[in-house]
Amino acid sequence: MNSFEYASPRTEDEAVGLLSAHGGNTAVLAGGTDLFNLLRADCITPRRVVDIKNIRSMQGVTATGRGLLVGALTTLDEILVHPLLAPYQSLAQAADGIRSIQVQSMGTLGGDLCHLPNCWYYRSGYGLLGQRNGESLPAEGRNEFHAVLGNRGPAKFVSASRFAPALIAWGAIARVAGPEPGQVSEMPLEYFYVSPKSAEQGVTVLQPGQILTHVLIPEPSQEVVSATYDVLQLEGLDWPLASAAVCLETSGGVVREARVVLGHVAPTPWVSLDASAALVGKEIDERAAQAAGDAAVARATPLSENEYKVQIARTAVKRAILRAAGQLEGALS
Amino acid sequence: MAERKFAWPARAENTLIGKDIPRLDGVAKASGQAKYTADINTAGTLFAKLLTSTLAAGKIKKIDVDAAKKMPGVKAVHLFKKVGDDVRWEGELIVAIAAERAEQADDALKQVQVEYEVQPFFVDEANIVRAAQADRTKGLGKNAKGDVEAALKTAAVVHRGYYGVATISHMCLEPHGSHCEWKGDDLDVHLSTQNVSGTAGQFAEPLGIDAANVTVTSDYEGGGFGSKFQADEWGVACAKMAKEAGKPVRLMLDRATELKVGGTRPSGYVDVTIAANADGEVVAWDSIHWGTAGFGGGGVDVNQLPYPFDFPNRSAAQIGISCNSGPNRAWRAPPHPQLCAMTQTAMDDLAAKLKMGSYEFFKKNLKHTLQNKADVYAAEMEIAAKAIDWKAKWHPHGEGGKGPVKRGLGMALHRWGGGAGPCTCTIKVHPDGSVESFLGSQDIGTGTRTVIAITLAETFGLPLAGVKVNLGSSKYPPSGASGGSITVGGVCGAHRRAGQTALWQIFDKVAEKYKIESADSLVAKGGDILKGKEKVCTWKQACSLLGQMPLEVKGEGPKKDGLTADQVGGVQMVDLSVDTETGLVRIHKFVCVQDCGLILDELTARSQVLGALIMGIAYSLSEERIMDNKTGRYINADLQNYKLPRIGDVGELVAIMYQPDSEYDRGVVGLGEPPVIAPGAAISNAVANATGVRVPVLPFTPKRVLDALKGVHA
Repeated sequence: MNSFEYASPRTEDEAVGLLSAHGGNTAVLAGGTDLFNLLRADCITPRRVVDIKNIRSMQGVTATGRGLLVGALTTLDEILVHPLLAPYQSLAQAADGIRSIQVQSMGTLGGDLCHLPNCWYYRSGYGLLGQRNGESLPAEGRNEFHAVLGNRGPAKFVSASRFAPALIAWGAIARVAGPEPGQVSEMPLEYFYVSPKSAEQGVTVLQPGQILTHVLIPEPSQEVVSATYDVLQLEGLDWPLASAAVCLETSGGVVREARVVLGHVAPTPWVSLDASAALVGKEIDERAAQAAGDAAVARATPLSENEYKVQIARTAVKRAILRAAGQLEGALS
Repeated sequence: MAERKFAWPARAENTLIGKDIPRLDGVAKASGQAKYTADINTAGTLFAKLLTSTLAAGKIKKIDVDAAKKMPGVKAVHLFKKVGDDVRWEGELIVAIAAERAEQADDALKQVQVEYEVQPFFVDEANIVRAAQADRTKGLGKNAKGDVEAALKTAAVVHRGYYGVATISHMCLEPHGSHCEWKGDDLDVHLSTQNVSGTAGQFAEPLGIDAANVTVTSDYEGGGFGSKFQADEWGVACAKMAKEAGKPVRLMLDRATELKVGGTRPSGYVDVTIAANADGEVVAWDSIHWGTAGFGGGGVDVNQLPYPFDFPNRSAAQIGISCNSGPNRAWRAPPHPQLCAMTQTAMDDLAAKLKMGSYEFFKKNLKHTLQNKADVYAAEMEIAAKAIDWKAKWHPHGEGGKGPVKRGLGMALHRWGGGAGPCTCTIKVHPDGSVESFLGSQDIGTGTRTVIAITLAETFGLPLAGVKVNLGSSKYPPSGASGGSITVGGVCGAHRRAGQTALWQIFDKVAEKYKIESADSLVAKGGDILKGKEKVCTWKQACSLLGQMPLEVKGEGPKKDGLTADQVGGVQMVDLSVDTETGLVRIHKFVCVQDCGLILDELTARSQVLGALIMGIAYSLSEERIMDNKTGRYINADLQNYKLPRIGDVGELVAIMYQPDSEYDRGVVGLGEPPVIAPGAAISNAVANATGVRVPVLPFTPKRVLDALKGVHA
């Protein structure tokens, strides 16, 4: 771990100013559940660490005319119990899947959404893309936990966020502050993520001096049901082998609109329009859910060691749909 | 006078032996009062950190530590390698630096310059073909008897299969390491060790001092599992740096290094042909197996396969593979877990081919088990079957249910030696009635302190609080290393002998004082000395007859006097589910019925079994070393990617101690290792029962399960 400056701003503007320094070679400290792993492994070597925990505007959940404004500092266990979030079943299920009470109590939503990949090549010092002398190590190396979709570019890792699939399925908006103080931009959370072409690009659109401050989640309608389904090897703290989140709007028992988003299968959260198309106009049952699962992975391009993840992703989609519809029975979790 | 014989008390008379007694050091450990090696922090202690090789194979061209030596806080530098030395696996130790603060040592290590000549590496230990192509194989012998060829020709059913077990690391909760402090010419070492009495000399020799100048202390240990018998090069380096700096140094391996150099259990992969007659009795075994124990190229001992069966016609051949990976060390019951998983999986598949139930098949073949334990196994099978409701739940392989989640049962059995190891101890009975004991053994978390205290307290008729056990110092009478499950018999046999010897001397004095005709009619019970049911005097009054000096008695072992024995066995059965759409395996219930002779403390005995089952579930379902074919690195050497089960992953665990009087009468036998042997085969068999498909290689990750269900055999 390199020596670094420590700063503890009180406002978003202060944070933006502090993060802009050192050419943007700065890091955000929120819950710290992963930052210290990255620092200790020298995966990142920031000149300054900006501790944002004291920025009150980024804490808590507020109802607004546009929906729920959820601060990036909202902790995972707050998501589990917050009454305003109760209608968003898929969020609570994602939080429940984390299973570590330490991470649930310290980890923040913003930290999760900006989580850097768990790719073991990255964590072993081969850079974000896991390259050595320009060669991708995961392309032919130990890629059993790597991407099966969206993996034709240089990025082979999987997006590590546990909440992005559910939030994207809900149509959440990311609110970003900076790089100038007072400057704020918004975008669908789906477009917050990038599959980097270079190690310097990062996994989000955030530029030096920018920070994710909130997500805005639209009001749920009565007809929408949601669910997250994580496939976790361990009951304890573990990363999903694949996950899926769905939001389904039904009318008269028929799906009118469907949003299906997969996690841990691609370098970004993976919005499956194919799965949505397979569901719309159908009544939800085992067969429809299976067809949506099949559609979600129809274009998968597994690497040498991870074809099994295609099957797991298929199952995650199927079971998320069945869970949302209250039809999931007998699965092992 | 009747003959005085060493013996355990009649079973019915015990007040402590065989009861559920919590560990004496449980509260100290749970509350943090117990000081482990990593907690030792005497004034001025320096902190040492390690630079290890990031390369799997090569030769060192340059090591430059000049800049590192000038870094703030640096007080000592140790080189494990010199220019021209080979690097044989990633993680080999190169340099250690001791500094005033751990961060300073880390910063200084970044200034060390090492240049390598890169050489080709090989880490694909499961692939015998590639290993042969890379010239990394070596024949390690054959073990045969009978006429396998003829038996195969006449057999009713023949099965051919492939099975395997991946390499795992020891993963001790407390990593290897020491705190070394010189006091003049004397060296004090706090060492995380399974070998308190045996390691002082290992420090002395390379340091050029006498073993008499070294004191090794280990009050508590956070797991060793067979990997902590040595001073180790990093231990000696710690002592050398302490000398160089003139200050105490603490050097504990970091987690990644612990996994890479602290010890591994060898892998084993086997091609088997096994055959039975029409009655279901195995008539032939023919196998060839391979695997790696690291760069040295050993593996799973061919002489113990098949396990623990001795079929009339058998042949087993072994090939070792030299890999650029860290060396093996003994891992809890070496190498029985691999032998069991390589044998009893093939047997189970043969049973299925015979259309026999696993239970009936194993029972039929008990006659071929080693050590004449067939009757005990049969009794244990019956108890286990009842506990897991085998009869009601059993179904043929592949009939585990209609939905995607399939349920299945599996079983396996095991054996182990567990005879008493060497121990000397000194006990002192003080004139005030207090009792203490000294021995250079160690409590590696198994409850050694507790069972010694039980032995002495039962012998003297005292409460547990009336005896004090002092262990964990090389200055105490020497006692053997804790490996092979030999400690409990060794230390408790020696203490019972010493205790009885002391008691007889006290009885003689009591008889003389109180005019009792025969000292042998006396017993010590409930803090009193009794003749029949009549109280003669209190224990304290009896001890006051010693005069001013304590009575000191030496105890020794092992001896063939009936206090201890060897050979234990057990039967394990598991009920689990397999999600065929995700490859997840979840344990519902795991039953172990275990014999181990006379049980001193049933609570710690069951605790040993439960811990072993959890370890067994770990290596069966999630735990493995993953070597990277691109870089040669141990790519999952961390606690996130080296997947260990949490409490929610292990299901309901049931430990049943098999203890009819015939077991009590055998005396004490070690238990620490054996229950970890059978889980691999039992779980594999249950998955095959649930799905009808044999997943060949442990651990059963979702990848391996789904690949097998798809017909891809990795």
